[in-house]
Amino acid sequence: MALAAASNPRLDPPDRAGPAQPLLIARDLKKHFPVKGARGKAVQAVDGVSFTVRKGETLGIVGESGCGKSTLARLLLHLVSPDAGELVFDGDAVGVAGGIALNALRRQVQIVFQDSYSSLNPRMPVRDSVAFGPFIQGRKKAEARDIARAILGKVGLDANLFGPRYPHELSGGQKQRVNIARALATDPRMVILDEPVSALDKSVEAQVLNLLRALKRQLNLTYVFISHDLNVVRYISDRVLVMYLGRVVELGPVDAIFEQPLHPYTRALLASHPSMDPARRIEEPPISGDPPNPIDPPSGCRFRTRCPCAEPVCESTVPVLGEWLDMQSHVAACHMQDPKSGHSKAGEA
Amino acid sequence: MIFYILRRILYAIPIAFGVSVVCFSLVYIAPGDPLQTVMPPDATAETIEIVKHAYGFDKPIPIQYLIWLGHVLTGNFGMSISTRRPVILEVTDALANTSLLALFAVPLSFSIGYAMGAIAGCFPGRWLDRLVTGTAVVGVSLPNYWLGIVLVVFFAVQLALLPATGMGPSGSTNFHILEWSCAKYLVLPVFTLAMIPIGILARTTRAAVAEVRSQDFVQTLRAKGLSEWAVIRHVLKNSLPQVMAVMGLQFGYLLGGSILVETVFTWPGSGFLLSKAIINRDVPVLQGTILTLSLIFVATNLVVDLLQSLVDPRIRRA
Amino acid sequence: MSDIALDKPLDSFDQQVAPATLVRGYWQSVFYRLRHDPVTLFFAAIVMLIVLAAIFAPLVAPFDPYKESVISRLKPFGWKDYLLGSDELGRDMLSRLIYGGRVSLLMGIVPVLIASLVGGLLGVVGGFVGGRVNTVIMRAMDVFYAFPSVLLAVAVAGAMGGGMGNGMLALTLVFIPPMCRVAETATTQVRALDYIEAARATGAGTILVIRYHVLGNVLGPVFIYASSLVSVSILLASGLSFLGLGVRPPTADWGLMLSTLRQSIYVVPFVCALPGAAIFVTSISFNLVSDGLRAAMDVRM
Repeated sequence: MALAAASNPRLDPPDRAGPAQPLLIARDLKKHFPVKGARGKAVQAVDGVSFTVRKGETLGIVGESGCGKSTLARLLLHLVSPDAGELVFDGDAVGVAGGIALNALRRQVQIVFQDSYSSLNPRMPVRDSVAFGPFIQGRKKAEARDIARAILGKVGLDANLFGPRYPHELSGGQKQRVNIARALATDPRMVILDEPVSALDKSVEAQVLNLLRALKRQLNLTYVFISHDLNVVRYISDRVLVMYLGRVVELGPVDAIFEQPLHPYTRALLASHPSMDPARRIEEPPISGDPPNPIDPPSGCRFRTRCPCAEPVCESTVPVLGEWLDMQSHVAACHMQDPKSGHSKAGEA
Repeated sequence: MIFYILRRILYAIPIAFGVSVVCFSLVYIAPGDPLQTVMPPDATAETIEIVKHAYGFDKPIPIQYLIWLGHVLTGNFGMSISTRRPVILEVTDALANTSLLALFAVPLSFSIGYAMGAIAGCFPGRWLDRLVTGTAVVGVSLPNYWLGIVLVVFFAVQLALLPATGMGPSGSTNFHILEWSCAKYLVLPVFTLAMIPIGILARTTRAAVAEVRSQDFVQTLRAKGLSEWAVIRHVLKNSLPQVMAVMGLQFGYLLGGSILVETVFTWPGSGFLLSKAIINRDVPVLQGTILTLSLIFVATNLVVDLLQSLVDPRIRRA
Repeated sequence: MSDIALDKPLDSFDQQVAPATLVRGYWQSVFYRLRHDPVTLFFAAIVMLIVLAAIFAPLVAPFDPYKESVISRLKPFGWKDYLLGSDELGRDMLSRLIYGGRVSLLMGIVPVLIASLVGGLLGVVGGFVGGRVNTVIMRAMDVFYAFPSVLLAVAVAGAMGGGMGNGMLALTLVFIPPMCRVAETATTQVRALDYIEAARATGAGTILVIRYHVLGNVLGPVFIYASSLVSVSILLASGLSFLGLGVRPPTADWGLMLSTLRQSIYVVPFVCALPGAAIFVTSISFNLVSDGLRAAMDVRM
């Protein structure tokens, strides 16, 4: 089946539902990991996350470590199957009858992982790692190798020089380029980048980010870019989604998020970012302590245990992510944003 | 801690059951009618009928297993075909003699092996390292029954210093460890039995000590101004759990290895009993001895695990 | 930071950092290391010698190993043409030792091969599938772990009544659990790595992922472990023969020869010790070659 689809591009038109159709819609995704030895308890890694990704944009996802970013990335590819919720890829529901099959989804969505070491098979020359995707999807071995050569060149690695090497013979930046090449080898429309530059030196990070931007324009890609580094997210994203303990707390265009954050958590995240200006050096940490245990998250608003503005309503009611009108909407899941919530500061911000 | 002990004991129970199932099935993998393997060949038709009924050989196999398990739990391992004595008596007598060997062989091999490994690990120098690695390779490659024969050739045949086989004229009933006339029969079997675990233990200890020494906290200890001896004490303590695990396994090796060593020295222990049972096709004795030795091994591993958790608190939490 | 213009070739960043190292494949680097390891090479040569002598025993052996002679019983080294003396039935020791290698090597290698196949398969499947399947497989293996290896081999071979086939079966049974554990550990480690997920993300099914991405990384540990088991297997096999659970007389086999010659240590002590020496040399050679292989194959990447 994969072979037929790959050899006949008309069965797989690049843009089915037109430019207005979001490339990916995630609705109420949930993933709870049961805790061993504790019956009924589960790590609520992703708990009701909804968002859309427009064709051609870069959606940044930020949050502290452990907030469910990586689980979300794996959910988007069904590498981990969600407990609840649905995915719609270019108008087709994923993994349901009459929708788009998982294999077809995986041909169009690819992923780049953070750890450039463990994401390449140590016993395979990198050329073969890159060629594996096209080969699996029905290309002949020689064809797949040609694709690998071309794509390695595209990510800035000489295929003759680097292709026959093993991962341990490459630097971190080079390995991450190979990972990007591997993701692009199957000619995807969307790439999920799970902390792609977090393990790299700052100088290499800039090179890889620029490469990603250039590739995106050249190949008409759509990115979901996951990172805990606010600078990186600001640099590369068009829109930003902020996650806290498995839920979306804020979503909006990148400038709005960074200039006028709505949610106290987003504000705290931005404030905890060390400033270049000595006059604005922060003495007190704007956010203290570690995130609560995701096995037993706080009721109501999950941020209330660390929030300076917490009030009884935050404990009793789960705040909803405000009304989402279009791609430029800037919304936050906070009672202070909802005039009818009963929070004393509601409507002030 | 108590929770850990209980959990670990609970885990050992299914293993013990598994062991009993394997031992039970030994009768059935033996060629021919299982009844023949537990009966003397000259048994009358009447006795066969009685035994057949008593052991439930006319019932389905799971029921037979339960009947057998019931017998075993009450200490009834059946009758030896060759001596017509209860298997349980044969096994306990033999086990007492094997314990005598183990009583000397275990401390001897464990202390020498551990000391060699610890010294090599603490003072990594070329010749000592090589000695330990060399001893270890020789230790794992040496057939211990052959070592026994070579020792007999030298010490009993050539030099005529020590007796070659047996437990002495008085046998096992009047064996006094404190009298040289008896104790000299122990020397060669104990030494042979102790020889092989020394190498393995030295190698493991050396690796464990070297690994602990490379950890950052050792640098911190030195930076704190501790003397090298105090540092070594910390290192040895931290390498102990790993070493203990190997000691447990090596104890099992001694149990198994005693088959061959006791055969060479005709030492009337459990191993010699086994080899006699094999020659006489005495399946009840074979089954009883294997079951007893394996259960001792299961119990030893349990004890080692518990001791390990005393030394290393991380194990309790895992 | 300005964006890179697309008309410039994208490969302009990285050329300067291309290291000038010689690109060498995995197996090339393994062989390179082996070539520079004289100890391993020496013992590998001994192993080759023993194996060749066993294979070509009829050509190499000076006498018929089964030809008995009443007058030349239990003769010392160098008596007449008997380079290594003769045994209790007057058969030439050297010839019997050469022929004995056949059985000993066979019983050393065949069980390890079968156990690697069966145990390796169980381990890879258990490790990759995980969950309940893995628990069932590994608990069953734990039961066999509860027996000291010699005991298990003796129990099974003893109950089945000895003989070469039964002995090999018993040894195979002894080696399956540790083999399975090695394969399972390696598979579980590999399975958790991102490149397996990346491979699944391209749409590869379980079998393809195992074939291209798991096996290559599990084969190494399995092979290294199997090579270390050969020497254990030779020792156990000759132990079984020594107890009378291996081949039956008059077949030449080192363990059996040691057992029958044991009665004659007062007559020709050194001749009687020879079969044991053969076991020892073979076992230590396989051990050291296995150690060398382990060191050479441990190309940490």
